[in-house]
Amino acid sequence: MTTHAWDVIVIGAGHNGLVCAQHLARAGQSVLVLEAGSAVGGFAAAREFAPGFKAAVGAQLIHQFSDQSVRELQLERHGLRWAARKLSTTVVTPERSVRILGGQVSGTSANDAHAWAHLSARLDRYAQFLNAVQSSCPPRLGSTDFQDRWSLLKMGLRLRLLGRRDMREFLRIVGMNVYDLATDELADPLLQAALGMDAILGSNFGPRAPGTVLTLLSRRAGETTSANGYSLPIGGPGALAVALADAAQAAGVTLRTDALVARIAVEEDRVVGVDLATGERLCAPRVVSNVDPRQTFLSLLGTAHLDTGFVRRVDHFRQRGITAKLHLALGGLPTLQGLEPSRLGDRLLVAPSLDYIERAFNASKYGEVSSHPALEVTVPTIHDPSLAPAGQHVLTAIVNYAAFDTKAGTSAARAALLQNTLATLDAVAPGLSARVLHSELLLPSDLERECRVTGGHWHHGDLAFDQFLMVRPFPGAAQYDSPLQGLYLCGAGSHPGGGLTGLPGRLAAERILRSRP
Amino acid sequence: MSSSTPKTHDVIVVGAGHNGLVAACYLARSGLDVLVVERNDYIGGAAVSRQLYEDFTYSNCSYVCSLLRPEIMRALELPKHGLQIIPYDSGCTMMRGGGHLALYDNHDALRREIARHSPRDAEAYDRYSRDVMRQCKFIRPLLLREPPDPTSFKPRDLTELLYLGARFNGMGEQRMYDTLRFWTMSAADFLDEYFESEIVKAHFAGSSIIGTALGPRSPGSAYVLLHHYMGDIDETVGAWGFARGGMGSVTSALTSSLRASGGDVRVSAPVDHVLVQGGRARGVVLDSGEEIRARVVVSNMDVKRTFLHCVEPEHLPEEFLTAVRRFKIRGSSGKLNIALDGLPSFPAIPAGCPALRGDMHITDTLEMMERAYDDWKEGRWSAAPYLDMLIPSQIDPTMAADGKHYMSVFVQYCPYELADGPWTDAKRTAFGATVIDAIAEHSPNFKSLILHAEVRTPWDIEREVGLTEGNIFQGELTMDQLLFNRPVPGYAQYRTPVNGLYMSGSSTHPGGGVMGAPGANCARRVLADLGRSAA
Repeated sequence: MTTHAWDVIVIGAGHNGLVCAQHLARAGQSVLVLEAGSAVGGFAAAREFAPGFKAAVGAQLIHQFSDQSVRELQLERHGLRWAARKLSTTVVTPERSVRILGGQVSGTSANDAHAWAHLSARLDRYAQFLNAVQSSCPPRLGSTDFQDRWSLLKMGLRLRLLGRRDMREFLRIVGMNVYDLATDELADPLLQAALGMDAILGSNFGPRAPGTVLTLLSRRAGETTSANGYSLPIGGPGALAVALADAAQAAGVTLRTDALVARIAVEEDRVVGVDLATGERLCAPRVVSNVDPRQTFLSLLGTAHLDTGFVRRVDHFRQRGITAKLHLALGGLPTLQGLEPSRLGDRLLVAPSLDYIERAFNASKYGEVSSHPALEVTVPTIHDPSLAPAGQHVLTAIVNYAAFDTKAGTSAARAALLQNTLATLDAVAPGLSARVLHSELLLPSDLERECRVTGGHWHHGDLAFDQFLMVRPFPGAAQYDSPLQGLYLCGAGSHPGGGLTGLPGRLAAERILRSRP
Repeated sequence: MSSSTPKTHDVIVVGAGHNGLVAACYLARSGLDVLVVERNDYIGGAAVSRQLYEDFTYSNCSYVCSLLRPEIMRALELPKHGLQIIPYDSGCTMMRGGGHLALYDNHDALRREIARHSPRDAEAYDRYSRDVMRQCKFIRPLLLREPPDPTSFKPRDLTELLYLGARFNGMGEQRMYDTLRFWTMSAADFLDEYFESEIVKAHFAGSSIIGTALGPRSPGSAYVLLHHYMGDIDETVGAWGFARGGMGSVTSALTSSLRASGGDVRVSAPVDHVLVQGGRARGVVLDSGEEIRARVVVSNMDVKRTFLHCVEPEHLPEEFLTAVRRFKIRGSSGKLNIALDGLPSFPAIPAGCPALRGDMHITDTLEMMERAYDDWKEGRWSAAPYLDMLIPSQIDPTMAADGKHYMSVFVQYCPYELADGPWTDAKRTAFGATVIDAIAEHSPNFKSLILHAEVRTPWDIEREVGLTEGNIFQGELTMDQLLFNRPVPGYAQYRTPVNGLYMSGSSTHPGGGVMGAPGANCARRVLADLGRSAA
């Protein structure tokens, strides 16, 4: 039964779905966004994990959402306010700490400070090159199409424009592992670890895995788009999603929450709309899925519409999450060993060395629980007291590594990882666990359920050479479209991947507007 | 004036390893006067046959042959000079707690064998071998080509880049994607896409870690797996064989071929440094102080040994030196050479099974293999190592007396530097014992048959053969060290910053294994620079 006809239906009100919807609406399309949950934002959605205590389910900081997008999407007009910007990163150990802001670092030797500045500047040049590549639709491999060849040529020219020295160095390090890069360039284990953490957060790799310099550069590429570094919106990352939703609606987008899509409706080999779980059919000639590629093709569409080679590629897309999220409600503020209280407001890294991170990774390879997990920690209530009741605090942490499949079973693994994480935190902030009023640890399997992302993977799928650029997520679906006419992808599974960038959403919208319905 | 230098050679090759000899042969054949100087008192580098115990012959470094390019065998007439490769079929992995997987040459037998473990995997095997062979066919023609410099605008580089681009593009989107995945994926992920049975995956994953400081779950290890598939014997792609008389037969055939073309090898002639004057290599100076002059010097030593030990730093740009220092040559393998008083029994394998004549393994899961790598990362030898065991004397009677057997055991992983301090005799013995115990778990009479065991750590291999860290590939085969990045970006075309000094070792494209391609490619570059065509 047809209730309404839209130009485009977007499945999923994650940030990419909302960005895509707004761009489409502004171009004059009538757009309907369907969200299965009651809140918008997906991984960035706000969550009251204990009475009066709030955090975003997956994200904890914003650092890759471009200043240009904030302006273009009119987010500040629709309620986005910043609680803190340009946060420093502090690597904490019980003995000492280093503090990093961009290319500047304090708490280390003069040699290392110099080496860090030098390395940072170099990586930023490569990141800028990569950003140019990441902010445009990737060309199709082996295509004879003029547009594809032109994009490929542009990519090559941009690479050449780095100059011979930088181009050589880029082509060498991009295939390296971050462990080697960091130990070649830096002597301070804390700085090495800081670089390592940026390479592995959200990835299914230890720092010794070749390709981790690519993940590092990809992350930095996103960071070059904002002058404000690590930022916290008032209300947490969920506030970004809310502003995106408001702005999209102001642009004419219709948003329906609690609308679970059961399947993508197909007639005569083309998309005609979607069927909701309630049986309601919503018609549109074009459907954009912000859902991960696996669910999109195997659950929502179904293999009957796809050839076996394509189904195999979907099957091979690696999307097992490896990262857990910790939320703590604290009765009072902890103190960091040897640091003034204000430093709790930094982005805190608990990972004293690359070997430490690698060992944490070892356990996850065998479905075991990391005894000493590597953490990225924030205490957002330092900057934004509205996230907790008066005088109380929230601590959130990204916990690496947490295997998707655990040998011990989910609840035992969750309890063990929570215990190990609290012990790790207590070592740098003595007495912290005594202040915990309530705790929540979301394993990848929990994130899969909560965020409806297969594998609970941050990026909807590993970022690696074979799942990057023109082959992300896989050929046949790598330019935001799919083998089925009228079906498009706009989520983190598409180029350039996850993180709160909004890029897959924007590029998908551009792609859709370029193609005929 | 130059009375101390009675003669100037056209070319001096430093190091009589197989690549140095291949380069020397090609150069001598085109009429150049070539002298190879070798530090040891024997020829062959890491491709040698040595009698270290009674009349047993040990291939005490490299132990099997497959990668040696057939073009080189033919061009240098190696069979005529005594080289005979005896193919062996099959291999096996024994399982802890009994049972085994045998790999037969016969396709039907192999399918039946895999189907014993998983009928689904038997189906997948055809797809697997077809896909692997397709990649080999793409890569093999690149082995004997010089990698282009992507930053250069020279016509030769641009043409070569275009050639590569066209070849790649000609595959079509799907194959390009497969190729990209092959070059960058982990062996574990790659094998997971085909197989479900742990033992099948473990067996095939073996070649992804041999000689490499990576685990089967490390991205890039699928390429190493492929690297080991690139060989062929008598047109059978991916086949492996023994060199009759041990691996020294390869280098002795090369030596004979070289001498037939007028070249020579001088042993016990350790080079102290390369003589550089006026920015040009002029020859070498031996440890004894003797100068040997030449128009061209080819170093077959690895890139670190060449430039950090044998060329004065003032002749090299600082940036180049930094790149050489950062080139990753990691010791990760050990070796046991064992003289046996008889053929050991392996109860997991039925008596008379041809699998015993091939590569025998005892690592039956990927987890076991990955954990062996975790040990290496922590600076200790693997408690449960991956072993590649062969008893060539079953096929080649020249290796040991009647009824006696020589067994070669390649061990992965064994670090060059131990976390608890340098290697000592006691630690070497303990490492050997770990390996022997691991084998004895599968062979009850093994220990009682041992007459002599030579235990070689990466440290020993470095000291004896000269390979930095004892790395068998003269440098890790990782993405950042392949093609135009190998060994140093900007110097991937066998030339060096010193005019007249070239590199021919496995540190250069396409890397290690007894392949000979780096040596042949280097010779081609030298001849082109001298304005001569290859003979």
